Amino acid sequence: MPGLTRTMVVWVPDWPVTAAAVAAGHSPNEPIAVLEKGKVLAVSAAARAEGVRRGLRARDAQSRCPELVVLKYDPVIDARAFDPVIGCLEALTPGIQVIRPGMCALKARGPTRFYGTESAAAEKLLDRLETFDVPGSRVGIADGPFAAEQAARSSSAQTRILVVPPGESPEFLAPFSVDTLEQPELTDLLRRLGLRSLGAFAQLSPTEVLTRFGPGGAFAHRLARGYDDRPVVARDVPPELTRTLDFEPAVDRVDQVAFAVRAVADELVARLTELGLVCTTLRVEVDTESGRIHEREWVHPRRVTAADVVARVRGQLQGSGTATSELTSPVVRLRLVPDQADPVGAHVDGLWGGGPDERIHRALSRVQSMLGHGAVASVVIGGGRGSAERQTLIPWGDRPVPAHPADQPWPGSISSAAPTRWPTLTPTTIFPTPLPAKVLDEDGSQVSVSARGALSGTPIAFRLDPGPQVADSNKLHPITAWAGPWLIDERWWDPATTSRRARFQFVTADTRAWLFTLHQTTWHAEATYD
Amino acid sequence: MLLARAKAQKVAQAQELDETAEPVGLRRVLTAPRTTETRVQQALDTASVDRVLPTLPAVSELLAGVGLRGGSVYSVRGSTALVMAMMAGPSAEGAWCGVVGLPSFGAEAARGLGVDLDRLVLVPDPVHDWLNVVAALVDALTVVVVRPPGEVTPGEASRLAARLRTRGAVLISVGSWPGSEARLEVESNSWTGLGTGEGLLAARQATVVVTGRRAAVRPRRHQLWLPGPDGAIRSAETIRSAPRWQEEAVG
Repeated sequence: MPGLTRTMVVWVPDWPVTAAAVAAGHSPNEPIAVLEKGKVLAVSAAARAEGVRRGLRARDAQSRCPELVVLKYDPVIDARAFDPVIGCLEALTPGIQVIRPGMCALKARGPTRFYGTESAAAEKLLDRLETFDVPGSRVGIADGPFAAEQAARSSSAQTRILVVPPGESPEFLAPFSVDTLEQPELTDLLRRLGLRSLGAFAQLSPTEVLTRFGPGGAFAHRLARGYDDRPVVARDVPPELTRTLDFEPAVDRVDQVAFAVRAVADELVARLTELGLVCTTLRVEVDTESGRIHEREWVHPRRVTAADVVARVRGQLQGSGTATSELTSPVVRLRLVPDQADPVGAHVDGLWGGGPDERIHRALSRVQSMLGHGAVASVVIGGGRGSAERQTLIPWGDRPVPAHPADQPWPGSISSAAPTRWPTLTPTTIFPTPLPAKVLDEDGSQVSVSARGALSGTPIAFRLDPGPQVADSNKLHPITAWAGPWLIDERWWDPATTSRRARFQFVTADTRAWLFTLHQTTWHAEATYD
Repeated sequence: MLLARAKAQKVAQAQELDETAEPVGLRRVLTAPRTTETRVQQALDTASVDRVLPTLPAVSELLAGVGLRGGSVYSVRGSTALVMAMMAGPSAEGAWCGVVGLPSFGAEAARGLGVDLDRLVLVPDPVHDWLNVVAALVDALTVVVVRPPGEVTPGEASRLAARLRTRGAVLISVGSWPGSEARLEVESNSWTGLGTGEGLLAARQATVVVTGRRAAVRPRRHQLWLPGPDGAIRSAETIRSAPRWQEEAVG
């Protein structure tokens, strides 16, 4: 038929299962079901043999196959995992259109001419996928993408290739159910009209279908008639931006590496600019001779320039050493991966210059080069029960992620943040290492707390143990007001990290307020409200 | 100093103009760009020198009605909360703050007192390089808090002072600092909310002693909610031992 593209569709059956299984660390040969909205979306061959079908509820599926591994459907993982497969096919033939993850279309003409016949070209693609560790894929060749897709789906597991000769697509499609059109509303109507196969639907006159079912129906009718004139549109191949530097022989000095990186960085930034992009997150991977791969992600508040790249590489290699210091192990390879690239317009300089952020970033980077990467930090407040636990220092330029999520309830925490917590002041000075102390009652003996939270006596004074941080050590601080104990029993199920503590607030005679913790029988001054 | 220089230049140009008053048209064309340039320069210099940063009302009351002045050093003793209160005003208005040499800085409390953590940078341990670190930070940040590890020599202080003036930044020293604009010290606190064995710390009223730069000035005492029961920093009634002399004291 004229105007139709001879199309080849490559289909990887059960692709969501393969992608999800690999992402979750399972073998695709296990019985696996991928669920979406509580229903089975795709199943592996092993699960299918046990009777698990698409559309079942999770509980029914598990009752049919108790050892079923249930995974959640994630379209992002699905698409991401399919990307390398496309890349591997593109090595053979360009111009591939991704229909959905697990299925792609290409014009059959080119490969056919190159490999001789259509089935030879299809064999070649399947071979390629087989070596790429994507087993069991199928190929269908027909006029138009729709017919080719149906051909791929109806190819047998043995031959794996189905070629519908040119012009025979309408006959090939005729026996298929109208469900293959994937338009539930329309097929429901067609079924009630007694039109169960595509062939029966195709018998209707196009004008009448258009008047009765509208443009959507007319399009479905065209598909059913085997007149699918949609072209195959090749995807845009994403530009390759990763840069790799191999050192032969291995280089063992920071400045040598930095020197070599300079030219590559210039070229990378120039290429990004050419594409209208700026890099905001750069990953630097360093392979050393000892086999260790040192990988690190660098976030830039604005955009990475060539000088920034060199500074990052330097910083990563150097750690806390100086510029000319030797590396622990010689570097054999260095990769620069722009992890995140934004359009240039989003980060363009204002009319009045680069704004404050650029200046601040430069000054802080300078301090980092003086003291080391971790010495300059920004703070994020996360969750946790102690004040020290809640604040996390993040080295400047890294992604600010708190150590504990703040959106959890953290019962028992002393914080003024939410109304459900105890409304109290937040300590302004949190000792990096709590100061050991002795808290005394009227008899001069150490105060302790029983398992049920009962105090052994009223705390009347405390004495900080002598140490370098304590100026007036050994001085007795009389307590004028106090409250507590607030018992916290954290992670009692895990003997390694369990911690059972009691917190107290004290006000001393010199009008200072303190936060104390009692852990078993040892007292610590955790923080002060100074 | 910069002002004086700019003035001198202006005077010199005026004299120049007077001497060669004859070919007016030509002269004007030649000198016009130069005067504009100096004027712009002068404007830039003075802008950074005489800048008063946005300050919490309670804090500017401590500083005799004036806000934190760009280019000066304040020394605070005995209270981190007071330092945070001083940072809160500029920080809320978009200024960047840095804290050097305070590994025990309670960032959550700072957030509670109004410091924006997105624009806060900590250098907990500047090792022995604290002066260079502070100098580098002063270049870019608006408020820098530092706890000097030892005594600060007048030489070190004057080196930083020049830099502070050109950048218009404020340095808050935790501990004493030679030649500071004002010295603030929390003398005593009274706490509310805590009893004997019950309650929770809810608010604090601090007595802050402020000493101006000149030696003759008598220290003033202020009562400050730091913070009050509603979490806000505001002044409780001021002890008016000596009325109405504050204005000329820190001027």
